[in-house]
Amino acid sequence: MFYREAGDFKTSYREDNQTFPIRLDRAGYWIALIVAFLVIPFFVNDYWVNAVFAPFFIYAIAALGLNILTGYAGQVSLGTGGFMAVGAYSVYKLMVAFPDVSIVFHVLIAGGITAVVGVAFGLPSMRIKGFYLAVATLAAQFFLVWLFNKVAWFYNYSASGQINAPERTVLGVIVTGPNTEAWAKYLISLVFLVAAAWFARNLTRGMTGRKWMGIRDMDIAAEIIGVNPLMAKMSAFAVSSFLVGVSGALFFAVYLGAAEAGESFGITKSFLILFMVIIGGLGSIFGSFAGAAFMVLMPVLLKNVLVGVLGWPTALAAELEFIIVGALIVIFLILEPHGLAQLWRLTKEKLRLWPFPH
Amino acid sequence: MKMKKLAAAAVATLMVGAPAMAELVFPSLSYRTGPFAAGGIPYADGYADYFTLLNERDGGIGGVKVSVPECETAYNTEKGVECYESTKGMGALLYNPLSTGITYQLIPKATADDIPLYTPGYGRTSAANGNVFSHVFNFPANYWNGASAAVNYVLSLNNGSLEGKKITLLHFNGAYGKEPIPTLTKLAEKHGFEFNAIPVDYPGQEQKSQWLQIRREKPDYVLFWGWGVMNQVAIQEAANIRFPMENFIGVWWSGAEHDVTPAGAAANGYKAVAFHGVGSDYPVFDDIQKYVVDSGKAAGNGTNVGTVIYNRGVYAAMLVAEAARKAQEIHGTADITSSMMRDGLEQLEITDARMKELGMEGFGPAFSVSCENHGGPGTAAISQWDASAGKWSLITEFAPSDMDVIQPLIDADSAAYAAENNIAPQCK
Repeated sequence: MFYREAGDFKTSYREDNQTFPIRLDRAGYWIALIVAFLVIPFFVNDYWVNAVFAPFFIYAIAALGLNILTGYAGQVSLGTGGFMAVGAYSVYKLMVAFPDVSIVFHVLIAGGITAVVGVAFGLPSMRIKGFYLAVATLAAQFFLVWLFNKVAWFYNYSASGQINAPERTVLGVIVTGPNTEAWAKYLISLVFLVAAAWFARNLTRGMTGRKWMGIRDMDIAAEIIGVNPLMAKMSAFAVSSFLVGVSGALFFAVYLGAAEAGESFGITKSFLILFMVIIGGLGSIFGSFAGAAFMVLMPVLLKNVLVGVLGWPTALAAELEFIIVGALIVIFLILEPHGLAQLWRLTKEKLRLWPFPH
Repeated sequence: MKMKKLAAAAVATLMVGAPAMAELVFPSLSYRTGPFAAGGIPYADGYADYFTLLNERDGGIGGVKVSVPECETAYNTEKGVECYESTKGMGALLYNPLSTGITYQLIPKATADDIPLYTPGYGRTSAANGNVFSHVFNFPANYWNGASAAVNYVLSLNNGSLEGKKITLLHFNGAYGKEPIPTLTKLAEKHGFEFNAIPVDYPGQEQKSQWLQIRREKPDYVLFWGWGVMNQVAIQEAANIRFPMENFIGVWWSGAEHDVTPAGAAANGYKAVAFHGVGSDYPVFDDIQKYVVDSGKAAGNGTNVGTVIYNRGVYAAMLVAEAARKAQEIHGTADITSSMMRDGLEQLEITDARMKELGMEGFGPAFSVSCENHGGPGTAAISQWDASAGKWSLITEFAPSDMDVIQPLIDADSAAYAAENNIAPQCK
């Protein structure tokens, strides 16, 4: 009734191709942005930022990155944790070496370094596909974590191999280190997330994205119609690793403040982000957000309900969390194998016809 | 959206539900799940049970009840952050996260929030330098004391000379396991033994290749920095390659009943460094049995009382309680804040007479904390497992460690931290 395109006339191709062609969607998008930028920062406290917003935003960037590689270009990767580690250790070395430069540049350069590493590990994708590529990227995961554990230069020879984020600022506002205000931590993550999503959305709907999808759907056919598989695959690896690197840099510098390669960027992280992408929906920007929200916020929500509201013992609640989240994942995948994004699409389809489905 | 609303409701209830009355809040960031739960459960039980004992027997500390809200971290730093943030609003006075990784995470945060961290026998070793780490306390002993104690013990077995001997460190490949490496490297230079380190990756259930390497290199002694499920596996693997158990020495986190029992009789003779007494032969445990376990108020099922890690939880809680008492005394108020708690820790003095009053005579050393020294005396003893009797016993006296080697390392590491983070010395 309210959600429909009837009467919403487009007079140019540009208008027709916009991301949110329906007026209500567009309004919702702008309202969400206004609330996120102009309302929440005034109310947010340490708990909400550290337990909810910062991890959600940062994982969403990583999920966007992996979704470009796996969802759009069809290259399975299990190396996400390792690439996040590259971002984290690069930003650490840059922060320590150039303390006067704004952290924003460090994060972007760390993303660039990760892109280079990602392309190097993406080279085997020219020869191998599917599960075999997954194994090659798995090697990247283990190699990179081993490297950051083994070579003391990466952690500046500290006794325990931990890296700690020193205090750095953006335009005079502290955004890393223990004295960061909640709103600053929130806003820096949000700015990077919005930029990443905007970047990813515009790449995927343009020529680059179409090439990736061509490679994903049938690489030989794509090659015949003129897609250069080398360029398409390497650009997918580069863009994906860039976003994953940015996410790793923020994960270490803004969110955790201290990290060690094995614990923070192990294989479980790769799986976690892969699950986000699969549960959210492969090949969907919205899916990356939905998947990250589901995997990050669900355990926190369950913990607060089970321990905080119901007062159950913490161990019981922790075990139940696994069971409930696991069961939900299975149920979702059975009911909607294309993820939360498809569920959302179906809901919107139904809403367009509502209340007169025939 | 619905999810967010629910979350908001949940958190709102959590915050309203937090007690506003006068209470001393010592959050316990415990782990009762995950690969390290075997050690996490008894420690959390001991920590909670001692405070319950104080509430039941003495009516709290200085007349104020103690509350120990638990939060499950599963030894995961991200959950640790969530736990810290969710409990700090309750008026937390002190954190004791029992995880070196989470400790590293919390050192800057807690310092900025003016909440002390107490990390007995774990955490960042150089935090013993109170001049730099104003809010971190790791008395009575740290990893480097432990490493030195193990080497001193080996020295005593070899008539004071380790020339030409080979010592291998088998360690958890993370902050915790890497901590002793600088000290052992220095000690190797000093005493002329050959040192190498073999890492075991998280969670350490698979150690075949590491033990193959040990079998090939035939070290004279293996030192061990393991935790949780990793300990049982290592002791079983050592038994499998017939490594002499009396030459296999763990740190205090690798020497509990649940670590050695799975290997059965093969674990007989395994040694571990200890910084406090073993067994339940102290009056305090009778009180715990009477006031806490028998009245059904125990945090666990009560079977852990008197085991090594449970005792450590009790010991840590006792020192925290004594520091709180001290803080009440200094500031003349029973309802202390986290900042007062920090002062209490810094001026804490444990005497033998006081230990006797507490029913823990000889359980731990007498010591006093100062502004410069947050690390305590660093004394340690060696304990050995007797498989047939099924108990640990101390085979040496508590002895000091080699501070000539350790102190320069502490100074260097803390100076590096101070330089990185622009910290001015806090002691006058």
